[in-house]
Amino acid sequence: MSAGTAKLNVTVAEVKPINDLVTRFKFVRTGGGSLPTFSGGAHTVVEMQDGDITRLNAYSLMSNPADRGAYTISVRRDDQGRGGSKFMHTQVKEGMEMVISNPVNLFSLDLRAKKHLMLAGGIGITPFMAQMHQLSMMGGHFELHYSVRTASLGTYAKELTEHYPGRVHVYHDDQKEAIDLKTLLANQPLGTHVYVCGPKGMINWVHGTAEEMGWPREAVHSEEFLAPASGKPFEVKCAVSNKIVQVGEHQSLLEALEAAGIDAPYLCRGGACGQCETNVIGYDGKFLHYDHWLTDEQKAGGKHIMPCVSRFEGKTLVLDR
Amino acid sequence: MSKTEFPPSIKSRPVYGELEARSGSGHLMIADAEGAEAILDLAKSTDEDFWAKAHIIYIPKKTGTKYSSQLEELGAGQFYAGPSYEASQSRIRRALQDCHMGTQVYLTGTESLMGQAMAEATAAGIPHTAIQTEHRGSTARRMQCVHCKGITEDVTTDPFECSHCGLSLFVRDHYSRRLAAFQGVRVDAEDPGNIPEKVELFK
Repeated sequence: MSAGTAKLNVTVAEVKPINDLVTRFKFVRTGGGSLPTFSGGAHTVVEMQDGDITRLNAYSLMSNPADRGAYTISVRRDDQGRGGSKFMHTQVKEGMEMVISNPVNLFSLDLRAKKHLMLAGGIGITPFMAQMHQLSMMGGHFELHYSVRTASLGTYAKELTEHYPGRVHVYHDDQKEAIDLKTLLANQPLGTHVYVCGPKGMINWVHGTAEEMGWPREAVHSEEFLAPASGKPFEVKCAVSNKIVQVGEHQSLLEALEAAGIDAPYLCRGGACGQCETNVIGYDGKFLHYDHWLTDEQKAGGKHIMPCVSRFEGKTLVLDR
Repeated sequence: MSKTEFPPSIKSRPVYGELEARSGSGHLMIADAEGAEAILDLAKSTDEDFWAKAHIIYIPKKTGTKYSSQLEELGAGQFYAGPSYEASQSRIRRALQDCHMGTQVYLTGTESLMGQAMAEATAAGIPHTAIQTEHRGSTARRMQCVHCKGITEDVTTDPFECSHCGLSLFVRDHYSRRLAAFQGVRVDAEDPGNIPEKVELFK
């Protein structure tokens, strides 16, 4: 498959449970040698051979970007999910060989910023860990506000607080602690950029509050990977490859195209990057657009779909693939 | 004097918009000469509490006292009238240093004023796309001589003589955001002495 980015063959060097929900995985290059450098905020797409199904999940790289010896990711187990995180938690063992993509960064630091204000919710902490490594090496100015459910589920909260004294602020939901966003945003010096990674509600809250308070759109950055939604099975006609593809209930359109041997482009597999945008040739039914990429007009226009997360309900859908 | 429509040009040539009151924690307004009119126009559609959070830095230039009292009557939290851009620069820098994210910046008047204040505001960390501008008044240009690097203000003719090295320079639309100046290039570089007659292009 040539879609996505170039692949890396890696070996799992360490599997380390961090708490009840999160496990950390360390990858080194199979056969030795260094891995490509990346920049803080980058992710990799991990390929999982789960029986007959190939799962491809994007995970933020959390290790020091300057360390080319290994990549580490942290995976939060989602028992309600489609099975990718469960596979990582139950099937991946030390010494196992896996395939991951070259790093891709859709959540990079804006290095023109004079200060980086980071807001993390839960497992959304991971991209910031790489960014904080990067900024400390550069002498950059940053501050992290990290919202966790409980102290025991505060992944890396203790380590970060010790490692970056005075720069890390942890908020525990169970102790009724919350980020005072309005005060925080009101007191930032000019040239501050704010970054948010966490649940959808948190991302919308930060974007909305910042806009209300007159923050420039260019100074507010976010990353949210969507898991493809399940839905009713549907059928799609691929005009270029002349194939009819069935999309299953728990399968994304992109996965179905790949399973049918169609070389469809992708990068993030989470509705964020725009790489998989596909032209619609004809349809009779309705689109279920779940991505962050298409504009509202495009979503209403019925000419484009993002197969990584979006679905279709209706009689016929013909794609330019 | 109303807004100027500039003909479409190369990408580097700045384009200006129309000021609108936006929500923000503060409003820093920097204007020269007829730029006062844009602020007075904006004042027709602002809320009561808008001006308390505003800071106006105004350089009247040749308009003298024509607009100053009207601007003062808007009741801005801070109002300053300065004799020249250079004299006002330290105040502009200090104002930018003191304000927080969420402050809105409004620039209006000549291109020279807007360009220089834009350079200060972007250096202070505001993305240039988030800074509002509106052109009013003179279209005279601030020019950099690409040969001696000297700046000549208020250029109204093409070609013009560099006020530093004396070469006759052709006025280009090629603009430097860093210098806040258009580029002037020797007009008779290939045929020394063959200098076309001056045409008054800018007023």
